[in-house]
Amino acid sequence: MVEKILEVKNLQVSFHTYAGEVRAVRGIDFDLDKGETLALVGESGCGKTVTAKAIMRLLKVPPAEIKKGSEIIFNGEDVLKMSKKRLSSFRGEDISMIFQDPMTSLNPTMTIGNQIMESLKIHKKLNKKEAEKEAIKLLELVNIPNAKERIKSFPHQLSGGMRQRVMIAIALSCNPKILIADEPTTALDVTIQAQILDLLKELKKEFETAIILVTHDLGVVANFADKIQVMYAGQVVERGTRDEIFYNSMHPYTWALLSSVPRLNTKGKEELYALGGTPPDLILPLKGCPFSSRCEHCMEICLEEKPEITKLSDTHSLSCWLQHPYAPKTERPAVLRGERDE
Amino acid sequence: MEGISKDKFKKVPMDVSKGDTMARPRMGYWQDAWRRLKTNKVAMLSIIVLLTLIIMTIIGPHLNGYSYKTVDPSKVNMKPNSEHWFGTDELGRDVFSRVWQAGRISMIIGILGAIIDTIIGCIYGGIAAYFGGKVDNIMMRIVEILISIPYLIVVILISIVTESRSLGTMILSLTLTGWCGMARLVRGQMLQVKQQEYIMAAETLGVSPWKIITKHLIPNVLGIVIVAITFDIPGYIFAETFLSYIGLGVQPPNTSWGALASAAQQNFIFYPHQMFFPSLMIALTMLSFTLLGDGLRDALDPKLRQ
Amino acid sequence: MGKYIVKRIGYMFLTLFIIMTLTFFLMHSIPGDPLAHMAKKLPEQIRLNYYEKYGLNKPVIVQYGKFLKNIFTKGDFGESLRYPGRPVTDTILKHAKISGKLGFQALFIGVTIGIVLGIVAALNRNRWPDYLVMFIAILGVTVPVFIIAALLQYVFTVKLELLPTFGWGDFKHTILPTIAMCFGSIATYARYMRSNVLEVINQDYILTAQAKGVSPFNVVRKHVFRNAILPAITILGPQIAGIFTGSFVIEKIFGIPGLGFYYVSAINDRDYTMIIGTTIFFAALFVFSQLIVDLLYGVVDPRIRVSNDK
Repeated sequence: MVEKILEVKNLQVSFHTYAGEVRAVRGIDFDLDKGETLALVGESGCGKTVTAKAIMRLLKVPPAEIKKGSEIIFNGEDVLKMSKKRLSSFRGEDISMIFQDPMTSLNPTMTIGNQIMESLKIHKKLNKKEAEKEAIKLLELVNIPNAKERIKSFPHQLSGGMRQRVMIAIALSCNPKILIADEPTTALDVTIQAQILDLLKELKKEFETAIILVTHDLGVVANFADKIQVMYAGQVVERGTRDEIFYNSMHPYTWALLSSVPRLNTKGKEELYALGGTPPDLILPLKGCPFSSRCEHCMEICLEEKPEITKLSDTHSLSCWLQHPYAPKTERPAVLRGERDE
Repeated sequence: MEGISKDKFKKVPMDVSKGDTMARPRMGYWQDAWRRLKTNKVAMLSIIVLLTLIIMTIIGPHLNGYSYKTVDPSKVNMKPNSEHWFGTDELGRDVFSRVWQAGRISMIIGILGAIIDTIIGCIYGGIAAYFGGKVDNIMMRIVEILISIPYLIVVILISIVTESRSLGTMILSLTLTGWCGMARLVRGQMLQVKQQEYIMAAETLGVSPWKIITKHLIPNVLGIVIVAITFDIPGYIFAETFLSYIGLGVQPPNTSWGALASAAQQNFIFYPHQMFFPSLMIALTMLSFTLLGDGLRDALDPKLRQ
Repeated sequence: MGKYIVKRIGYMFLTLFIIMTLTFFLMHSIPGDPLAHMAKKLPEQIRLNYYEKYGLNKPVIVQYGKFLKNIFTKGDFGESLRYPGRPVTDTILKHAKISGKLGFQALFIGVTIGIVLGIVAALNRNRWPDYLVMFIAILGVTVPVFIIAALLQYVFTVKLELLPTFGWGDFKHTILPTIAMCFGSIATYARYMRSNVLEVINQDYILTAQAKGVSPFNVVRKHVFRNAILPAITILGPQIAGIFTGSFVIEKIFGIPGLGFYYVSAINDRDYTMIIGTTIFFAALFVFSQLIVDLLYGVVDPRIRVSNDK
């Protein structure tokens, strides 16, 4: 039996804005096992990043509010009830995070060496010399050439890819048990993206770190994640192992996401699938299934009642009325079928 | 799940366009800014105070029947009373009428100064930003030099040279280098906006230059110019106060808040009311403009739109 | 960087030269001549002697040449018109010391207190310390310095009889003028720092620092401070200018024999050589301090430091 290191239960996050309360995350649950990679996938604004930040307790309160009844349990300890002091050791040592934009997530007036050494000094209680040695080692680990000189550079002297490597070095400096990567490759060139992903994969093996990967890019997920969780309008609509989601997904939204990924066997004249419409406004109360307004298979019930969760296997579940026995039989879209033969 | 009837599971034709309709009412930039300004109580109060002050400078001197320049030796240095609401000064002139008369001059200097510097600054900055390159370089060098001359020195030199301390000379000398800040601001903002991707997008889509200027450049520059004006007006009033204090301001029989306050300063210990009222008006004006400026800046900042 | 400094110094001298020329010709364009005002009543012979002494009988261009030559070779601005025999340069240097002492004291205290208050306000956003600091700051930018000075005099000398009202001599005399003068700097810096800190707090790298487990205190100390204080150097320039303008008024109110005081009296006395000399001195000081501020900013901010290297 694998060890659970993180459990999120009924997480609800709201933002209080001029226009009203935006319910960004509406009660999501998931577990993370030791050393596994979980991907949170969905469009912009579906609550992925908010979920990630909530786990780190990095949301600014106010305007954000983590609603009562939410629980985030790390190794049996409720993150939401941690003291300030415990929180400082929790962040960085137990869990760490890489952000989307490496251009802005490093302190511009501090050398990268100092920024790496900072967490080493806090958590590993190293002195300056030891920390410097360790920082050089870390930079070498993330494949930065000339690490010895590089630690004296300022962030603006590095390229985007290099900066993201530095961010990874900082995040992994104290061997955290969980690494949250929030769109780690979105702001980078495609060639660099692959390098960073390979690096993360390698390091994951080496350190046995569990990773929560937040992304909208299913391409990134395909060869990286163990489990996938598809989010829509602040809720999880479908979850499963990578294979279950890629080859056997049953939710129309997952289908839409998968169909819009370009693939090699797409014939020249075939148009790439594009999902119409926009996600619902999260200020308004949602009635029925949040995806109903954009769903090709929408039924009357979808507009009125929230769908129940249907379990297809131990790992695969979804919430969609199509799973109801009364619902018409619906086939997976043709584009997605036959993928297994490839 | 039992209670659900089977016919609820009929397919509903999809209407994607429905998802595209805005769930919330659309709001223009200015509408939104005004809405945000309205919720800012401090800024709204400032507007009310300013309007009251401006109206009073127009009608105030005529309210209690005493002229601002009538000297009455029998009523020297009186405390505020039912007849002379703010008391009288060392020549027996009515302070109430004088305060509002002085306010006229101060307000005129502030507003006129700001208008002039905005016009010159916008044209100059706009030209520099529009042409760019060498023109911009030379124009900005000139500004750099002008801006490094302390304004007080310019004002002092001009007032000595022209031997005139009229309102016109004062505004002229205050705006002589005063527009430089505005020019810099406008140019900086225009250049920044010009580089934005949405301008490039508009250009590639074939939007006419005129439309780009009116739809994108002006609204984006206007915001910060309005904010700058609200800080410029009190700046000029303040500068006038200083000049009056060192004896270079408007000359009698005309007066301004600065002149009143500085005249009263000598007798401050004995007749504090003579200094209190003009000082109060200066402070109120400055305060209201500053707070209004802060409010406007917050309201016009698109980053805060939510 | 070296090239940049040379360029900046070049501009500084160009600016100063323009100011010198402008001041000189403005003063000499006054109807009649600089001496006309005071020499009218003098007997013919004395007047001619006067004109000879100040070189006013020569063409303006010649006078201008001599004026520049004297400045650049000897740093000499000539003699006071009002007090013949008193060299302008000596007078300036003597009184500038007093103004400088007062101004520096006020600037130092004002900037320090302003920065601290601004940070305190930002970190307690929308709580009472914030409201209190902003109240003080708003008063500081809205109440003219002479009103503050008058109030201080009234409270501390008339009511409490703690400090001298007037004059110059020991430390006691500097207390009230310094307080009155630094009010403006406190106000400006408190407002500026507050908005800077609030901006920096919302940057991504602060999130990174928090995610690293840096304690809230250290996030502020190591990450927020440096990034928020650096740009504050840029507004030192206008602050220094403000100290000059402030000195004109403050020195008059408190009867301090500083340069501002002499400048104002020179204006009222139409002492033209003194006006020219003091104007140029003020302008030079101002331009020079701006240069220092710019260079300083380049030194402390690594981003600028590097872009200048290129």
